[in-house]
Amino acid sequence: MNALRKLFRFNGGVKPSYNKEPSTTEPIVDFLDVAGMPAEYVIPLHQSIGGVPHPLVAPGEHVKKGQLIGGPDGFVSSAVHASTSGLVKAVEHRLMPHTSGLTALCVVIEPDGKDEWIEHAPVPWRSMAPDEVRDALRDAGVVGLGGAVFPSYLKVNPGKKGALDTLVINGAECEPFITCDDMQMRQYGETIVRGAGILRDLTKAGQVLIGVEDNKPEAIAAMNAALKATGEQRIEIVPVPTRYPAGGAKQLIRVLTGIEVPHGKRSTDYGVQCFNTGTAYGIYEALELGRPLISRVVTVAGNVERPRNYIVRFGTPMKDLMNVAGAKPDSDRVIMGGPMMGFAMPSADVPVVKATNCVLVGSPALFPPPPPEMPCIRCGECAKVCPTDLQPFEMYWFSRAKIFGKAQEYHLFDCIECGCCAYVCPSRIPLVDYYRFAKSEIWARENEKAAADQARTRYEFRMQREEREKQEKAAKLAAKAAETKAKLAAAGAAAPEDDAKKALIAAAMARAQQADKAAEAAPAAEAAQPQAPQE
Amino acid sequence: MNIAFNSPYFRKPASVRSVMLRVLLALLPGIAAYVWFFGAAILVQIALASAAALAGEAAILRLRDKPVWLFVSDGSALVTGWLIALSFPPIAPWWMVVVATLIAVVIVKHLYGGLGQNPFNPAMAAFCIMIVAYPQLMSQWPAAGHHGDFAAQMQLIFGGGERQLDAVTMATALDTLRTALHSADSHATVHGVTSSQPTFGMFGGNGWEWVAAAYLLGGVWLVQQGIITWHIPVAFLAALAAAAGLAHGIAPDRFAGPLFHLFSGGAMLGAFFIATDPVSGATTPRGKLIYAAGIALLAWIIRTWGAYPDGIAFATLLMNICAPLIDLNTQPPVFGHKNDKKP
Repeated sequence: MNALRKLFRFNGGVKPSYNKEPSTTEPIVDFLDVAGMPAEYVIPLHQSIGGVPHPLVAPGEHVKKGQLIGGPDGFVSSAVHASTSGLVKAVEHRLMPHTSGLTALCVVIEPDGKDEWIEHAPVPWRSMAPDEVRDALRDAGVVGLGGAVFPSYLKVNPGKKGALDTLVINGAECEPFITCDDMQMRQYGETIVRGAGILRDLTKAGQVLIGVEDNKPEAIAAMNAALKATGEQRIEIVPVPTRYPAGGAKQLIRVLTGIEVPHGKRSTDYGVQCFNTGTAYGIYEALELGRPLISRVVTVAGNVERPRNYIVRFGTPMKDLMNVAGAKPDSDRVIMGGPMMGFAMPSADVPVVKATNCVLVGSPALFPPPPPEMPCIRCGECAKVCPTDLQPFEMYWFSRAKIFGKAQEYHLFDCIECGCCAYVCPSRIPLVDYYRFAKSEIWARENEKAAADQARTRYEFRMQREEREKQEKAAKLAAKAAETKAKLAAAGAAAPEDDAKKALIAAAMARAQQADKAAEAAPAAEAAQPQAPQE
Repeated sequence: MNIAFNSPYFRKPASVRSVMLRVLLALLPGIAAYVWFFGAAILVQIALASAAALAGEAAILRLRDKPVWLFVSDGSALVTGWLIALSFPPIAPWWMVVVATLIAVVIVKHLYGGLGQNPFNPAMAAFCIMIVAYPQLMSQWPAAGHHGDFAAQMQLIFGGGERQLDAVTMATALDTLRTALHSADSHATVHGVTSSQPTFGMFGGNGWEWVAAAYLLGGVWLVQQGIITWHIPVAFLAALAAAAGLAHGIAPDRFAGPLFHLFSGGAMLGAFFIATDPVSGATTPRGKLIYAAGIALLAWIIRTWGAYPDGIAFATLLMNICAPLIDLNTQPPVFGHKNDKKP
């Protein structure tokens, strides 16, 4: 390999205690082999960034393993499949694996125990048009398994130039406790390398760099061996310095290529793209085996007797994983993800989903509540460790004061919420909470403003419509009056008129004249649209 | 399920208290040198300042209905007190350090919002108030080598009435030089003054140069500990040396050299312990350089042409005012925006 590859560095970062060893002593095993089927799989339909897939099955229906149960909805959306064969017990709202404690639509499957695959066949991706391959990936439900769960098909794109310079495969796995990528690289390196090869061909990448933090020597060795065994070309395993958050997509792209992709920009515009190793594995399975994404490797770690990695079907309750791993009695929380960026679950009953890279069990001893918050002393530790080169204490200041415009000026939305700032803060300020708060407030205000704008537009349009209708009615009346006048005139010529009739006709004529004027004005008003009527 | 706090779920064991305690630790070599050359009186002053700082902090916290122990134990008031004691004449009457510390803690710190909120460096603001109010008492400094006269020093600190000064005090090096050079009819030269008066040492003030060297030692340790970054001390000392060096190069008889300026008065204490106060100073890397260089240049100007022998305190307050503006205009480029055009 190219031992002289020049690596770049990102500023900041921290070195927390990694706690990765305990869950790497045993190989990955299929969770079904140790625990059997749960009583039911609760499969949320919304498991990726983007539109909520619509349910394609109804209660009482029988489904097979891998059967499409949630159809992608909208441009950014990804399909969802049955994790096993069985009966659809319900399509109903269940508690989601999210801190909010909100419910969302789930397909509840009672396994029939046969675990019977739906008919599936390899996708002849080499002979297909790029759009068709993307559709296949969308329908296979492949999303980014590093935690962001962005639909992968949208990223399988050679960019404006028609070919990527560098494809980055992210095996850095910088979060403490999590070892699912590490173990998958050790055990399934060849599949990952083959998946990387597919992505290389689909994105027409000049080179593929698989970045792995250098605290995973076994994974690096296994990947190099896999590379040799598969004979894939233009792929290189690159050990990167261990420093959280080296596994952030932007940080890893920076380390490997020197390119900084700004917030809100497509990395393909810069000739790079980044996929997680687990996603590369999923893409291989989806295209070469025709298997949709119905499971993933999940690390169970923290306050458990037997930390380990399992292949877990989506919809398995986290509680089952905790039971098998032996959660200790003093456990007080379940975190999805790692200790730096993970989220506390509202209950252990929530299901494992595509975003679940780790089920981290906490206890007061392992994750003690922080000591009381002190005022910010502007010491600048947070700025030193920020991998995005922000001034976190300034953003904190303005977020706390609800001066959101200023917070945005200090690049609030460039914040990746990695938690480095809060990790080092001597005043123990939960800085990331303030940024999350500020971001959601800004989004809420933008939504409110958009809603208000829409309401105003709607109101103005209605006013215009009513005015137009009034004028149209007047024009119609005028026409009718003119007709009546003509009729009366004809009748008048035939019969002598009395005084009363004369007066009636005069009045009708006056009305008709008025209506004529209105009819003339109507087209002018029509032309003045869509401006608001002047009142 | 306990979801009372959010990620990150574990934190580096860092605290305001450990930051402040390490600042106090870093002052110890300087204090040791101080005692060696000028006697134990400074320890009495530090004790007075500490007591006043803690008492004042506790009282105002109670008045403000804030958790008393949490903030009293953070060590920030102690740092303020120690810096005041170290910048005041050690033989000043006891009430001066006490009053100054109370001004610093109660008025300059807490009336502006307390820890983290004060726009001015509390110790330096208090110093300025006292030197304006009591210029005489603030300029009575002990002569080096009189540390045996502890009883006499105690008499000066606690004894009321007439102060018997001649035996133990001496004008400081900066003061002596300024007075000599400012006297209109004098043919004094820098070299002539510094080589003939006992107040001058090898390169700075007699005795004070070693205290300054000890501050430098403690300051370097603070940088090594990551409590302060190199920017402020380096910019401070470099700017002071550059200004002094330039002037000395042009007119060596009228202007003292860089080494003298670096090791006299409050330069070292200022560079490592005062200008580095993050609350009242600039915080961006470039901002820190500008801010610290500004203090050093202003201090040099005040030392050379001003009415006071030293100017660190006034210079610090002046630059405190500029800190927000400096920060605003020196924001470092954000990841991915390094090539963006300035708006």
